[in-house]
Amino acid sequence: MKDDVIISVKDLKTFFYTNNRCNKAVNGVSFDIKKGKTLCVVGESGCGKSVTASSIMQLLPKLSRIENGKITYHSNEGDIRIDQLKKNGAEMRAIRGSDISMIFQDPMTALNPVYSIGFQISENIQYHTRLKKSERKDQSIKLLKEMGIPLPEQRINEYPHQYSGGMRQRAMIAMAMACNPKVLIADEPTTALDVTIQAQIFELMDELKEKHDTAIMLITHDMGVVTELADDVVVMYMGNIVENGTVDDVLRKPSHPYTKALLESIPVLGRGKNQVIEPIKGSTPDPYNRPKGCQFAPRCPYADSSCLVMPDESSINNTHSVRCWHPMEAV
Amino acid sequence: MKDTEKKKTRLEKKFDKILIREDTGLIKNKKGSRAFRKLMSNRLAVAGIIIVSVILLASIFAPLICRYDPLKLDLRNKLQKPSMEHLIGTDQLGRDIFARIVYGGRVSILVGLGSALASAVVGVAIGAYTGYKGGLLDKIMLRLSELVMAFPQIILVLLLVTIMGQGLRNLIIIFTLTGWGGIYRMTRAQMLSLREEEYVQALRAFGLNNFSIAYKHMLPNAVGPIVVNITLSTAMFILYEAALSFLGLGVPLNIATWGNIVNIAQDLRYLQFFWWLWVPGAIVISLFVLGINFIGDGLRDSADPMQQG
Amino acid sequence: MSESIETILTLKDMETHFPIKKGVFKRTTGYVKAVDGVSLEVYRGETLALVGESGCGKTTLGKSILQLVKPTSGKIIYNDKTTERDLCRLSQKEMMEVNQKLQIVFQDPQSSLNPAFTIFGSLQDSLKAHGIKSKSERRKIIGDLLEAVNMRREQMDLYPHEFSGGQRQRIGIARALSIEPDLIVCDEAVSALDVSIQAQVLKLLKDIKEERNLTYIFITHDLSVVEYISDRVAVMYLGKIVELAEVEDLYASTMHPYTKALLSAIPVADLDRRKKRILLEGDVPSPVNPPSGCPFHPRCSQCQDICKTVVPELKRFETNGNEHYSACHFAEEQLSQ
Repeated sequence: MKDDVIISVKDLKTFFYTNNRCNKAVNGVSFDIKKGKTLCVVGESGCGKSVTASSIMQLLPKLSRIENGKITYHSNEGDIRIDQLKKNGAEMRAIRGSDISMIFQDPMTALNPVYSIGFQISENIQYHTRLKKSERKDQSIKLLKEMGIPLPEQRINEYPHQYSGGMRQRAMIAMAMACNPKVLIADEPTTALDVTIQAQIFELMDELKEKHDTAIMLITHDMGVVTELADDVVVMYMGNIVENGTVDDVLRKPSHPYTKALLESIPVLGRGKNQVIEPIKGSTPDPYNRPKGCQFAPRCPYADSSCLVMPDESSINNTHSVRCWHPMEAV
Repeated sequence: MKDTEKKKTRLEKKFDKILIREDTGLIKNKKGSRAFRKLMSNRLAVAGIIIVSVILLASIFAPLICRYDPLKLDLRNKLQKPSMEHLIGTDQLGRDIFARIVYGGRVSILVGLGSALASAVVGVAIGAYTGYKGGLLDKIMLRLSELVMAFPQIILVLLLVTIMGQGLRNLIIIFTLTGWGGIYRMTRAQMLSLREEEYVQALRAFGLNNFSIAYKHMLPNAVGPIVVNITLSTAMFILYEAALSFLGLGVPLNIATWGNIVNIAQDLRYLQFFWWLWVPGAIVISLFVLGINFIGDGLRDSADPMQQG
Repeated sequence: MSESIETILTLKDMETHFPIKKGVFKRTTGYVKAVDGVSLEVYRGETLALVGESGCGKTTLGKSILQLVKPTSGKIIYNDKTTERDLCRLSQKEMMEVNQKLQIVFQDPQSSLNPAFTIFGSLQDSLKAHGIKSKSERRKIIGDLLEAVNMRREQMDLYPHEFSGGQRQRIGIARALSIEPDLIVCDEAVSALDVSIQAQVLKLLKDIKEERNLTYIFITHDLSVVEYISDRVAVMYLGKIVELAEVEDLYASTMHPYTKALLSAIPVADLDRRKKRILLEGDVPSPVNPPSGCPFHPRCSQCQDICKTVVPELKRFETNGNEHYSACHFAEEQLSQ
C-alpha cells in the first residue's frame, strides 16, 4: 500500500513575511499524493491551499520560507527530500517540469505571448530530455493531439493569442505533460474557464490519470469539482487540514463542523428551488489576528472551551482523519 | 556566491526576528498610513526629506540667519575668499554669497514649486474631466498637449521669454504653459483606468452628474501619482530656472536666484580662479534637486501597493 | 408567483453592438454583436435569471437596461405602474428619475466601492442627488440600510479596505437599495465570493426581495445558484436567448441542446449523482462573426441541414402548463430524449 505514495508531506509549515508581519499561511499540514489518484485540496481563499502547492514546487515568493516539515518525493531512484533542495538548484529544476509539473489558474497569462505554442512545449522537452529538434517537434504535435487540439500540425506554429481560453489551458497541460510527469499539480485550472470548457478539461485530466497513471493534485474551491474528480480529499481552513479522507469519507460522512457547514452552504443543482442552504456565520478571520486554538472555533456551532487548544488529528478509520475536538460521529 | 549567501542569512535573520515578535504577540495592527510608514523606512527618501527641509527652512528664515543683505554692494570687499566674516566669500560686486544663496532659494523654490503647482492645477483640471468624459473635447485636448510636448520645451520657453519679457511672474506663466502636458496626460491615463471601476458605474447608475463623478469621486483615487508628479516636476522647473538664468534669460540678474548666482561662471576668469563664486550655488542646486527626486521616488514606491517591504 | 401577472420591463428586439475600428482612419470594419435581438418580458416581483457563458452578452444586456451601455436599437419599456416609458429615448433628467427605480449590484467587491471614501461618504451622494437634503436624515437612512443587510450601523464610518469581500458585497446591495428601487440587476453578484460567504449573500438577496417586493434580473453563469434563487431562467448564447422557461421546467424538461450540455457540464456536489458529461466540442464562436443559421449549430450533436442555414425563432411551447420558449428547430424532439 505504501508503494503507491508518490509525494508525502509531513507537518509542512510555510510562513510569509511581508510588511514586517508574519503570516502563518500553512501551519502544519500532512498528506500523501498517491499514484494514479486525484487528490483534491479544497478550501476558501486564503486557506493556504495554493501555498501548499507552491511549497511542493519550491516556487514560493522571496519573502516567504518553508519553516518546518518534510516534503518527500518517492522517485524511482529513491526518496528525495524536496524541502532540502536549493530553491533554484540543478536538482530542483530537474524535478520541476519533468517529474512534477504544475498548471495554473489563468491560461491567459501563463503562456509567453512572444513565442509560438510549439516552441514553448519543445523548449520544456529540450531541458529534460536529449531528443533531437525534429523529434521534439513530433513529440509536441503528439501531445497537442492527445490534448484534443484540432489540426495540431498547423496550430503548433501559432501564438497564444490565436488560441481561445480553453485551448490555452490545453496547451498548458500539454506543456506540463511533455515529459510524462509522475505528478501534476493543478492550481484552480478551470476557475477562469466556462463550464462547458471546464467539462472538457476535466475529461482530459481523467483520461491522463488513467492512461499515464499520473498522480494529480487538484486545488479548488468548488465542492462540485471535488465530487466529480476526486479520489481523496483534503479540506483546508486557515492553514490547517481540518479533514482528510477518501471522497466517500469526506462527502458522505463529513466529520468536521467546517466541512459539514461548507457542504450545507452551497446550492446543489437538482435539489430544486426550496432547498435549504445554511450560511456559515461570520467571516474568515484576519490572518494576522488569528483565533486561539482551533481556527474554526469562532464560527463553529459546536465550539466550547476545549477548542481554545488546537486539536490533534484523530483518525476515524484508516483513511479518514479529522482535526476537531468534537468530531461528529453521527451524520 | 559568498555575497548572496551572506544576504540570505540576513534575510533569514530578519524572518526569525519577525517570527519571534509575532509569536509573543508584540506586533499589533499598526495605526496610521502604511504608505507613510513605508516612506519613512526608505533611507534615501528620509535623506531627501532632511536635505530639502534644511534648505527650505533656511530660505524661509533667511533674514534670521544672514548678516548681510544679498543685494547690498560692497565694492571694497569684492572677490573675498571664504572667511569668518563672509562664510562663502563675496562676489565680483562684493555681495555676500552665503546670503545670496539663502535668499536666492526663496525665488528659485518659488518658481519651481509655483510652476509645478500651477501646471498641476491646469493639467489635473483638464485631464480629470476629459479623461472621464471622453469624446470630442478629450480628443482636442489630447492633440493640443501633443502639440505642446512635441516642441522641445527649452526652445519653446526661450521663445516665450523673448516674447513676454523677463520676470518672475512671466517665468511661472511660461513654465505652466509649456509644462502642463505631462501631468495632464498622466491624470487622463489614471482616469481612463478608474473609469472602468465598478463604483464609477454605480454612481452613473444613480444618475450623478459628470462633474461630481470626475472631480469628487474619482480624482481622490488618482492623488498619489499626481503628488509624485508634482514633486518631480518641481525639481525639473528649478533646473529650468537655473538654466535660463545661466543664459541670462530667467529672472532679472539683479534679483538673487540660484541660477543667477551660477550665471557668473560664464566668465572664464571667474570660472577658473574664483571657484567660491559659483561652486556653492551649483552644489545647492544639485543637492536640492537630488533631495526632491529622492522624495519623489520614495513617494512613488510607497504609493505602489505591488512593492512589499 | 403572484396572481395577477404584471409586466415591469419589456425588451423588444434589443441590440447592442460595439463597432470594431481599425486602421489609421478608424474605419469601422465590423461589429461585436454582444446583444443581438433580444425580446423579453420581466414580470413584477419575479427573479429572472440570465444565464450563459462568458461572451454571451448577458452582462451587456444587464447594463444596457440601465443605459450604462447605450443599446444600438430596440425598445426597453419600463412600466412604473402609472406610465410606460422607453428607456432608450429618455433625456438625462428623465433617466435620473427612472434610476430611482432601477439599480444594479456588481460582481467585483474589490472595485465596487470607492476606496477614497467611507461607506457613508460613498453612499450619501446618491441620496443627495435624489433629494434628501439633511445630513442627519441621510445618516439615518444609511444606518438602516446597513442593518437591513445584517451589518452594524456604526460601520458606515469605515473605509472599504476594512471590510471583507462578503461585507463589501452586502454594502453594494445596501447601496442599490438606498433609493428604494423596483428592480435590481444583479450582475454576477455572488460569483466572486467564497462559498461560505456566497450563501450569506444569496440568502440575504432572497430575504430582501420578499421584504421589499423587488424584482431581480439575476445575471450569472452558475446554474446551481440559478436554481436556488430564480423563478424563470433565460439561457443566452452568442447574444441571443435560446431558451426561456420556469426554472423547474428548464431543468426537468429542457428544450434546447445547449441548455442540456450546460446542465450536464456543471459539477454537482452530490456523490449520488455523479453523471456522464455531455461534452461540447470546440469553443464559443466569436460574436464578431457568428455562424450562419442557428448560432449553436457548429457545436451541436444533433445538427441538421436546416440548422446551418435558417436562424431558429424563439418559439412558444408549453410544458407542465407553463409557457416555455425555445430557439431550436427540433425543440419538441428534445423533450422526448
